[in-house]
Amino acid sequence: MLAKRIIPCLDIRDGQTVKGINFVNIINVGDPVELGKLYAEQGADELVFLDITATHEGRKTFVELVRRIAQNLDIPFTVGGGISEIKDAEALLAAGADKISINSSAVQNPQLIDDLARNFGSQFVVVAIDAREANNHWTVTVNGGRIPTEKELFSWAKEAENRGAGEILFTSMNHDGTKNGFANMELAKLSENLTIPLIASGGAGTMEHFADVFTIGKADAGLAASIFHFREIAIPDLKHYLRGQGICVR
Amino acid sequence: MKIVIIKYNAGNIRSVDFALQRLGVSALITADHDEIRNADHVIFPGVGEASTTMSYLKHHKLDTLICDLRQPVLGVCLGLQLMCSYSEENDTECLGIFPEKVRKFIPQPEDTTLFKVPHMGWNSISGLKTTLFDNISEEEYFYFVHSYYATTGVDTIATCNYLIPFSAALNRNNYYATQFHPEKSGKTGAKILENFINLKV
Repeated sequence: MLAKRIIPCLDIRDGQTVKGINFVNIINVGDPVELGKLYAEQGADELVFLDITATHEGRKTFVELVRRIAQNLDIPFTVGGGISEIKDAEALLAAGADKISINSSAVQNPQLIDDLARNFGSQFVVVAIDAREANNHWTVTVNGGRIPTEKELFSWAKEAENRGAGEILFTSMNHDGTKNGFANMELAKLSENLTIPLIASGGAGTMEHFADVFTIGKADAGLAASIFHFREIAIPDLKHYLRGQGICVR
Repeated sequence: MKIVIIKYNAGNIRSVDFALQRLGVSALITADHDEIRNADHVIFPGVGEASTTMSYLKHHKLDTLICDLRQPVLGVCLGLQLMCSYSEENDTECLGIFPEKVRKFIPQPEDTTLFKVPHMGWNSISGLKTTLFDNISEEEYFYFVHSYYATTGVDTIATCNYLIPFSAALNRNNYYATQFHPEKSGKTGAKILENFINLKV
């Protein structure tokens, strides 16, 4: 049976992990490669590395980092942040990335999804959507949730699929950082509307939240950052718990 | 020992090279016919589209070369599909090393949330045969990402279940192929690559 995936997400600035403290068994938690390897050994199914560097110099560092990640990591990984044209994606693919994630650039230029899928295949293209709910309307936002757009969550997700996205990564800005659980109702609706896999993000606080996101939210994968980085939930414990709940995990 | 990774117009080639490096083995990535013919082991990886890739192989006469190889050959993902007889992906005649055919996964209309296409993520395999799976247990998980699958048949040496049972791995004579990505399947995947490079023909 296809296993539900657990995906830690690492924020990278100037080649270093932004969060990530207190790991006793690795020397340099700031090194994304070390942290990534640790997660892989603990049973993470995939990893996401998000580059939050703004400078051009930092971008070059990130491509070099992706190469080092690909050399060292034996599970698939997605890279995102600052990808706005084909040549950005090309550099990351050449460095060894399995998938890229695009967010604001896809909203601003939806044709980018078509172009990336045609050039590199749908399996390479994850479309990340940050959306915020107000008055029962889910507005797609960009720039880390700060700027609302004209787009609506459900129609934008379907459009991204039709344009050739291989996966949708949905983050509820209402739930992100709350640790009160994922946006399960919206995730279930998205999952029913899409034929491609759905990654849930935003709101993970407990192991129960992951069980809920796979059963109620009907997501194919659950992504989280701080609960893993701050060791609030250990991946082996989470997998053990989910298995006990009858959820198929690796 | 000389290992060659066939270079062609497909992605994912570097990942296989990195996985071999982690095993302490270096490989040559090349499209040179003599280098490929004289290798001890040949790996035919790939992510991409069937018809354009077949055209590329034919144009570079790699199709007949691959079919004439005598040393152990390992196809991965698209490599497996191209080694079959036919692919529904743009109605493509393939290399015909394996008689199995390649079909498209059709999402279940009753409940699309259970079976997404592409089949993406870790799935378990069973019915393991041949030394390629030495020291690998039944129901181990491997990483898959594909929208087309090879049917099961006489050459099936591992089966995976997604919507229907399909060939997770195939073998005929010196030819081996996996639909999953051993280079991305953690320690168990590394074991498959190690078993492959230990194969003698």
